Amino acid sequence: MNLFVIIISSMLVSNVVLSQFLGICPFLGVSKKVGTAVGMGAAVTFVITIACMITYPIYYGILVPLKLEYLQTIAFILIIAALVQFVEMALKKFMPSLHASLGVYLPLITTNCAVLGVAINNISDGYNFIESLVCGICTALGFLIAIAILAGIRERIEYNNIPDSFKGTPIVLVTASLMAIAFCGFAGLV
Amino acid sequence: MNSCTERLKNGIITENPTFVMMLGMCPTLAVTSSAINGLGMGLTTTAVLVLSNVFISLLRKVIPDKVRIPAFIVVVASFVTIIQLLLKAFLPFLDSALGVYIPLIVVNCIILGRAEAYASKNPVVPSLFDGLGMGLGFTFGLTCIGICREILGAGAIFGKEFIPDDFHITFFVLAPGAFLVLAFLTAIQNKLKLPSATNVERDDSLSCGGNCASCVGASCVANKGIIEAERVAAKAAKAQAAKEAAEKAKAAKAAKAAEKKED
Repeated sequence: MNLFVIIISSMLVSNVVLSQFLGICPFLGVSKKVGTAVGMGAAVTFVITIACMITYPIYYGILVPLKLEYLQTIAFILIIAALVQFVEMALKKFMPSLHASLGVYLPLITTNCAVLGVAINNISDGYNFIESLVCGICTALGFLIAIAILAGIRERIEYNNIPDSFKGTPIVLVTASLMAIAFCGFAGLV
Repeated sequence: MNSCTERLKNGIITENPTFVMMLGMCPTLAVTSSAINGLGMGLTTTAVLVLSNVFISLLRKVIPDKVRIPAFIVVVASFVTIIQLLLKAFLPFLDSALGVYIPLIVVNCIILGRAEAYASKNPVVPSLFDGLGMGLGFTFGLTCIGICREILGAGAIFGKEFIPDDFHITFFVLAPGAFLVLAFLTAIQNKLKLPSATNVERDDSLSCGGNCASCVGASCVANKGIIEAERVAAKAAKAQAAKEAAEKAKAAKAAKAAEKKED
């Protein structure tokens, strides 16, 4: 039951982009076409899942026993940066087809605050391993949902007649605002 | 000292990170629900930016070029940790208001961007003023947006309420309001044709949305390299195909000529 609450709240109620404001840059930058948006979302899902799996044992296995909790930020960002490099190399070697479709987005993810944000939130919320893994996957899926919807809407907006001064970024931000209102509606779920 | 004032002006006005460069959007949207939070976040980022700029500028001849990004990240993360501990000790209300966004200063693209674009190439004093200018520009942007949202949403400036309760539009201090305020801000910039990252020509073929001319993100540079290589490869493939086609045509012509001769 607890896991179910985590799934719903991390995916919909406190959506990573629309209510926590993490990962805004790729959300606005890579959402021009549904294809690339889904590729970015998939890459983020991939990295967040692995990052959650690795940061948890490192925090509770190394930092806590040595009383080094204050090194959390440094340790996590280095792990994530190394992880992204490692994932890229591993994909290139073992899954060239996946690398071809996700490769361009992977370097962008190191500076995606969603990855670090989820890792830090998992620790500060006191989740256990399974809970933090589920929270990570569902947060990433929430990102995927949000960016895919925004990309779909942006493809439609291309053909609409919008005022000159709202063309480009402003109309995207208005769209994001309306999406955030819609996602506020999920607040009653948990 | 002329270059120092020039750096300050550049950071606050010419290349203002919030209004002109549109960098660091996550904290811009997340913590500006009130003016005091925006100011606090801005000053925290300024402190990290100045310290990391000075430190990276001092180390610019020591850090090998190939590992400079991880080195920058370690420097920035160390300063963020120091500032976070100081805030926890001396300004606990700000620490709880900003929450997870303080450790996330590490991945703020303004800081890595300035390290990569300026501090790693310039002496200490100009780097210090560059960091100070950029930081103050960011603080100015966050405080402005914070004031707008606080007036509209809570009828107050810096916590001093002057509009009665009935006229508050709570929407503006919630998440959707952040997007809407920023949307109108960029729309005004577009209308007035002010210099901004949102109204310059973009290269649409880039997956990150383009605007690489002013972008200094390390990942963006890497990305640009990949795309450039792809473009070169595509060009080579095209040239190869054209060559093959030309050869084929030549061969066909020769064959035809030979046929004619035989006739």
